[in-house]
Amino acid sequence: MDQDNCFHCGDVCDSQAITFNEKTFCCNGCKTVYEIFSENDLTCYYDLQAAPGATPKDIEGKYDFLAQENIIEKLTEFNDGTTQIATLYIPHIHCSSCIWILENLNKLNPGISSSQVNFGKKNVRVTYNANTTSLKEVVILLSSIGYEPYISLDDFKTGKAQVNRSLIYKLGIAGFAFGNVMFLSFPEYFQVGEFWLEQYKYLFRWLMFTFSLPVVFYAGQDYFISAYKGLRKGLLNIDVPIALGIAVLFIRSTMDIIFDLGSGFFDSLTGLVFFLLLGKFFQQKTYSFLSFERDYKSYFPIAITKIENGVETPIQVYDIKQGDRLLIRNEELIPADGILINGNAKIDYSFVTGESKTVSKQSGDKLFAGGKQTTGLIEMEALKSVEHSYLTQLWSHDVFSKNKEDHFTTLTNAISKRFTIVVLSIAVLATTYWILVDSSKAVNVFTAVLIIACPCALALAAPFTFGNLLRIFGKLKFYVKNASVIEQLAEINTVIFDKTGTITSNKKSTARYEGDSLSSSEEVLLKNTLRGSNHPLSRTLYDILDEHNIVSLNHFEEHLGKGIEASYQNDQIKIGSASFVGAHETSVLNTTVHISTNNQYKGKYTFYNSYRKGLSKLFNKLKKDFDLVILSGDNAGEQENLKKLLPAKTKLIFNQKPDDKLEYIKYHQSEGAKVLMVGDGLNDAGALAQSNVGIALSENVNVFSPACDAILDATKFNQLYHFIKASKQAITIIKWSFVLSFMYNSIGIYFAVTGQLAPVIAAILMPLSSISVVVFTTIATNLLGRRIK
Amino acid sequence: MSVIYMLLGISIVVAIVFFVAFIVAVKKGQYDDDYTPSVRMLFEDELVKDQSKTTIKNKKTN
Repeated sequence: MDQDNCFHCGDVCDSQAITFNEKTFCCNGCKTVYEIFSENDLTCYYDLQAAPGATPKDIEGKYDFLAQENIIEKLTEFNDGTTQIATLYIPHIHCSSCIWILENLNKLNPGISSSQVNFGKKNVRVTYNANTTSLKEVVILLSSIGYEPYISLDDFKTGKAQVNRSLIYKLGIAGFAFGNVMFLSFPEYFQVGEFWLEQYKYLFRWLMFTFSLPVVFYAGQDYFISAYKGLRKGLLNIDVPIALGIAVLFIRSTMDIIFDLGSGFFDSLTGLVFFLLLGKFFQQKTYSFLSFERDYKSYFPIAITKIENGVETPIQVYDIKQGDRLLIRNEELIPADGILINGNAKIDYSFVTGESKTVSKQSGDKLFAGGKQTTGLIEMEALKSVEHSYLTQLWSHDVFSKNKEDHFTTLTNAISKRFTIVVLSIAVLATTYWILVDSSKAVNVFTAVLIIACPCALALAAPFTFGNLLRIFGKLKFYVKNASVIEQLAEINTVIFDKTGTITSNKKSTARYEGDSLSSSEEVLLKNTLRGSNHPLSRTLYDILDEHNIVSLNHFEEHLGKGIEASYQNDQIKIGSASFVGAHETSVLNTTVHISTNNQYKGKYTFYNSYRKGLSKLFNKLKKDFDLVILSGDNAGEQENLKKLLPAKTKLIFNQKPDDKLEYIKYHQSEGAKVLMVGDGLNDAGALAQSNVGIALSENVNVFSPACDAILDATKFNQLYHFIKASKQAITIIKWSFVLSFMYNSIGIYFAVTGQLAPVIAAILMPLSSISVVVFTTIATNLLGRRIK
Repeated sequence: MSVIYMLLGISIVVAIVFFVAFIVAVKKGQYDDDYTPSVRMLFEDELVKDQSKTTIKNKKTN
């Protein structure tokens, strides 16, 4: 029913629904946004998409730091005192209504002159007049309409990242030259010795030469650079034969036209570079809304409120010193390790551990950086600076400065090594033969072999296969950073999982009751008592229990850190810790909630993790081909449960600190294991970086996940086996396209060795081999993709 | 027949004009966001409709 859902955000309206203007809203926040929009004639927002909004959050004082000059300076990309331009990242952008409302911000605040949305990157670029409004006002306006920008420490860096568009330029130049050269070389393909042709062919040839210059020296320069780097390291990578081919093509063609020997191979030359760059371009699939490079900076705020002599001042996070008194507001992140001074602290460490259950802290307890406060204000004293906190220290490990690709030999490069040697020997052999038979043809044959053997098709097989698979995976919500990740995924032999948040689901947990069974009146009492409590365990238990009538309790009292006490009619109930209800303390590792009624101990609820759907199935599929390990930061409380659920050979290791996880993987890699790590929280960041392939599992890909090689949507977790299998099959596809490309090469080499390689043959053979490889890989990967679904 | 020089010249100039237009378009960032403009294009009508609606409303109340 429409009535039950909020007109603004689409959430289900519970008992507190507000009716305004004949529309239902779930809360006051949503109603206020609607009011703002209707006052400004912006209700069109709701016509474009039903219920597009988000509930605005309470942000009182949260953005005070945006009034500081030095912070404004860092966040704006243009600032001349009056006009300022800032680009703000807004995670909530998700539909056309969002674009519409954000591009009409000037109707809500006349100080804003224009705003432009980039939907893919989920950001909005706001131009405003600093005299009439300010960055802080803009951010508060955005927050008040439910589009709260996400400003993190990551934004706090000087200079804007330059977009590298050189590949598009190169591709443009190569394509432009290729088209024109084809056009100019066409007349000479049919060597008819016609009068006009004879007269103008020199002009045509020199024009082709001119067009090929930027192709060789600009568009193709990466191949020369890469080949040179490879040779210096003693590697015969795929770019060596390509660079050799380009160079020989260019020199031979230039000689041909200078000495009037023929029309040259400029058409093949420009075509070759164009196709190669096209492959490179195709391989480059980027997900602009995802980032694979995040570290703790993307999670941390820029500024925090410091209390000094009773005065609150916003300071930059990097300026936090030991002993500073900090004020953490609701929904704010703790930036540094410290001690809780006062306030009701319920910390959500889900960024760090993946565990979404909040942890209650008492005054004097230690707080670790990375936790998020969830109820009201707290005050804390910093013990360490940001860089030296327990969590952030992980990033000083040298594994984060390494590039995984550098230590990996791709299949293409492995093949190209042998290929180059074979081609060079054929060229030498053929030339020696022709020197003896007809020395005038020797140079001709030598260059022809190098030209025709240029491994264009070979170089295209991998980019097109992986590029296409990258897109198919992306559609199936498995976002892979780049092509080499797929290749590494195919070589995996060990799969390591994090526990909390990875194989368990954040959303649900299960509880089992042990003890004397409760009567129905006791169950009603229990459910109603839990209803009044905001403690996370009470909320979880409340959701698990069956529905009962709502009754109003006679007495209700919450004892902080102990439990709840309530009574209804003649019954009295106590829910909480063992000591609170008067039970014997037992040493169990799992979280338990004890219950007693009328001072008589009844029993306890024990909470267990709820595992993701299809977990055992996935592990049973994986166990045939891979070693399986579970590395958990938690205690061993779930050991028995996991043993029942998972195949017997799965190793279970508990109590692992972030560093331990990293070292564990490193140790196994030194023994030859190729490790796939599946994790989710920041505490897995080290392990994800150390592993051969690190996959971050994410409930919502738009929120943050740690630096990794691939991001997998949590709903597709049970498909993991199919993704690995598809990667392995992609390698087979590439091998078959190599066979195809060798066939073309053998035909070409026959023409070259016998000294009859005419430009027209090269011009047909080279694009034909490239195109057939591209067609083959595209069809094969699409078939592969259809099987994953 | 020197007309061929002219034809060649024209064809190459035209090609270069398009090529430069392409480079300028890339440089201005036209290819950086290939989704939002397709949605934005549809908005103008909505806005006009909205305004006309309100003016009618205003007339009625006046």
